[in-house]
Amino acid sequence: MREKATTIYLGPQHPGITGNMMVRLKVIGDTIVSAQTEVGYLHRAFEKLQERRNWLQGFTLMCRFCVPESDPMENVYARSVEAIDGREVPERGKYIRVMVLELARIATQLMWYAGQNGSLGLYTMGQWSIGDRDYILDLFEELTGGRVYHMYQWPGGVRRDLPEGFTDKVLRTLDYLEKRLKDYDDLMFANSIFQKRTQGVGIVPKENIIEHGVVGPVLRGAGIRSDIRIDEPYEVYDKLDFEIPTQEGSDIWARALVRRAEVHQSIRIIRQVIDQMPSGEYFNKFPNPLKWIVPAGDAYVRVESGRGEVGFYAVSDGTIHPRRMHLRGAAYVHAITLLESILPGQNIADVSAIMNSLGTCAPEIER
Amino acid sequence: MSFFDLQGTLKPLTALKQFGKKPHTLKDIPWKKREASDRYRGLHFNDLDECIGCGNCSTICQNAAIDMIHLEGIEGKKGDSGLRPRVDNGRCCWCALCVEVCPTGSLSLTKDYIYVTEDPDAFLWTPGVDNPDGAERKSFVSDKDHSLNDFNRIPMPELEGKERVKSFAEVVLGYNEQQAREEASRCISCGICTEVCPDHMHIPEYINAIASGNDKDAVKIIYDNNPLPEMCGKVCTRRCEDVCAIATRGDSVAIRWLKRYATETAATADLTHEIVNPEIKEANGKTVGIIGAGPSGLTAAYYLALRGYDVTIYEASAKAGGATMYGIPKYRLPIESLDKQIGYIQSIGVKINFNTKVGKDISFKEIYDKYDTVFMGVGFPDAWPLGVDGDDAKGSMQAFRYLYMINAGDKVDIGDKVVVVGGGNVAIDAARVSRRFGAEVTILYRRRVADMPADWEEIEGAEDEGVHIIPQGIPTKIHKDDKGHVTGIEYLKAKMVADDKGGRPRPVAIEGSETILEATAVMAAIGQMGDYSFLPKEFEDKIKIERGRFVVNEKQQTGDPKVFAGGDAVNRTADAISAIADGFRACKAIDEYLSK
Repeated sequence: MREKATTIYLGPQHPGITGNMMVRLKVIGDTIVSAQTEVGYLHRAFEKLQERRNWLQGFTLMCRFCVPESDPMENVYARSVEAIDGREVPERGKYIRVMVLELARIATQLMWYAGQNGSLGLYTMGQWSIGDRDYILDLFEELTGGRVYHMYQWPGGVRRDLPEGFTDKVLRTLDYLEKRLKDYDDLMFANSIFQKRTQGVGIVPKENIIEHGVVGPVLRGAGIRSDIRIDEPYEVYDKLDFEIPTQEGSDIWARALVRRAEVHQSIRIIRQVIDQMPSGEYFNKFPNPLKWIVPAGDAYVRVESGRGEVGFYAVSDGTIHPRRMHLRGAAYVHAITLLESILPGQNIADVSAIMNSLGTCAPEIER
Repeated sequence: MSFFDLQGTLKPLTALKQFGKKPHTLKDIPWKKREASDRYRGLHFNDLDECIGCGNCSTICQNAAIDMIHLEGIEGKKGDSGLRPRVDNGRCCWCALCVEVCPTGSLSLTKDYIYVTEDPDAFLWTPGVDNPDGAERKSFVSDKDHSLNDFNRIPMPELEGKERVKSFAEVVLGYNEQQAREEASRCISCGICTEVCPDHMHIPEYINAIASGNDKDAVKIIYDNNPLPEMCGKVCTRRCEDVCAIATRGDSVAIRWLKRYATETAATADLTHEIVNPEIKEANGKTVGIIGAGPSGLTAAYYLALRGYDVTIYEASAKAGGATMYGIPKYRLPIESLDKQIGYIQSIGVKINFNTKVGKDISFKEIYDKYDTVFMGVGFPDAWPLGVDGDDAKGSMQAFRYLYMINAGDKVDIGDKVVVVGGGNVAIDAARVSRRFGAEVTILYRRRVADMPADWEEIEGAEDEGVHIIPQGIPTKIHKDDKGHVTGIEYLKAKMVADDKGGRPRPVAIEGSETILEATAVMAAIGQMGDYSFLPKEFEDKIKIERGRFVVNEKQQTGDPKVFAGGDAVNRTADAISAIADGFRACKAIDEYLSK
């Protein structure tokens, strides 16, 4: 007798889903036959709202595109406006931005450590990495005045200069993290449960990678060395020495190894940034925000977030408001088309792990 | 990999070494409140005394979380709207843009982030009232270095001091387009200036138009309630700039120069007509007679003509403009500029009878009987004499009279050493005009330079041109030679004594400090007065005059309901913009009166 497929609704409220979205699964036994993603639970019309705000006000919305990783979003907004307005950023401002972006990358990967392990029932790791992430949030609080919503990078540079003694604190935190990463390896990567649950699971077929527009650690986990920081260097990445780690497996395990290596690279980058950071101005002041007219034009800028490339398209028609703002994040393709294509044949229990591994961030899908 | 992986089982157990350790983040919580960072963006605090209620915080807030509300005990006054921000913490996103754009720097965010109450309305948080001790907990502040306000004014291009005294060429050169746009974009559109402007001009609106490149719109907006805007753009006393929110920590927005820029883009009367494109109502058959073509008379005439009235002005001099024509030197207000503005006013149908002095060429009674209403904008044509010994000497004159004669093209013999007595704009004007005739000029003023009522830019301009100012000097006598010619002026040095009643410090002469200044001419610039001899007795009784001025109600109406008055002969501020405001008010009142 042929078994009948059952429909299971994963989400929109589910601890294994990052943010509010739903995956409708058709399963036979515990094997997925087909998957359909359903979004629409989080739509807050950020892009549309920005059309009604002035060129400064819009920047405060950016951090909400992806709550756990707000800084790349702020960066693309700032750079897109700078590109249209022809506004330069002082060198120190660029270095500070890179420091912030890399700290954000570490924080994102620590968050991912927690999510990836949590989705497999390995909760200790999450408690550790979220605790350690808080040390980075402490740094952010001291630098920007906010722990999660930093609202720090804005057109022309950054909002405030580094507080006194800040770089020493950063270096101390990095030293601490480096030690902790060894503990993480023991608890997570050496753990046979983790290995067995991730190796050969959630494979993204290499032939589908271009078709789906896959980016970030998922792309590099499939052996393709691609990173916006190298391919199209922005800020001061061309002055920094770092590697782009890749892995071959294209499964959750490979992507985990890529992320693990990226944390090390980020630490390496931040140390160089602190070493090279020039003194001087950090912000090239823009005009009175209420009357700031950005000349007509458009710009598309890209940034490498912890989850992959984030693109931002800004259009000005020469008024005090943007004409159109559009953000394209990694999650948009990873968590919809790619997810739907790789889930059939997988086990129900692996769905959350796969979603975490692909860098799903529901708010980024719905702008 | 075998099914049982020994290393993969044992290694994770090393996590046990963390056993018993304190958690990362909790430490002393909840027993001890965690101290936020020095830049933390927590609950708002507002220094209520520093705040001027400009509402810029409310404007920039993208969440509409800030309302400007009245607070008990805080009243509106010049330069303070009397409103204070109230934050809806349920809407606030703690972006702190409100702090970044606060021109006074009174608003800040604090380290406080926990607020627990049973009151559901507690979301509405009035910074400074709900946390009076917040000043000690300030964290995210906007000092001058971080503020997003632009505190530096675009400097106005001017002729060099040495160049200026060679001719009557206009000293101020005016902003070019780019400078005007940049200067206009400094404005935060708070509108605090509008309240203070006697005429309540739509300042934020026209500055906004200039900032966004719509000069024609700016001109149209300006002409909404001021028919002599280019004159104001050049010589207004600009009380608006004194209260500019940006001026609390920087240079005020150059409101006057921006108005000048906008109106100068309408280079001719015809072009002005084309841009303003006035809507003139059909003639209603009613007539208004106006005495005096000064700012108040011209304003009343212009707006009445727009409303369909048949308006005729009687002007004693050969040119219109009143004190702005004859009292202001041409290096500040060129004749062509005034002619252009008056030409435009005439182009909409206002009739002006020049060289017609009421009381001599035509009687007041005749005008009174001929027209449905009468408006008097007769100004203060006479000046106070110095009133000291030797005042009658040849070469002793009134500065106002001197300026009139120079502007009318007459020659005045002032010699080579001029002393001007006074500290107002007339004194500075007379001094700077005398410099242009090559005289050595000294201004003698009773109080300190800082007390001078003249515009600070005028004082600076005079100093640049080599005018010497002697403060704290009280003139006592004018010396003359045998032929009755001025030879010098004697004065006593004064010390400033605090006023018991809380007024400004008074100058008190120091006995025995007599000093004599050599002079070929002495000019008194100590005030003007009215000349109401044109009014027959029967009208003078009805139209009340008190302390040298007509008594009017809030509608500019005199004791005779058919007669309205405005300008210097009515208001104490005695400046052009107040006169324009009078004329505008009178126009509305006359319209109301005749529409009954």
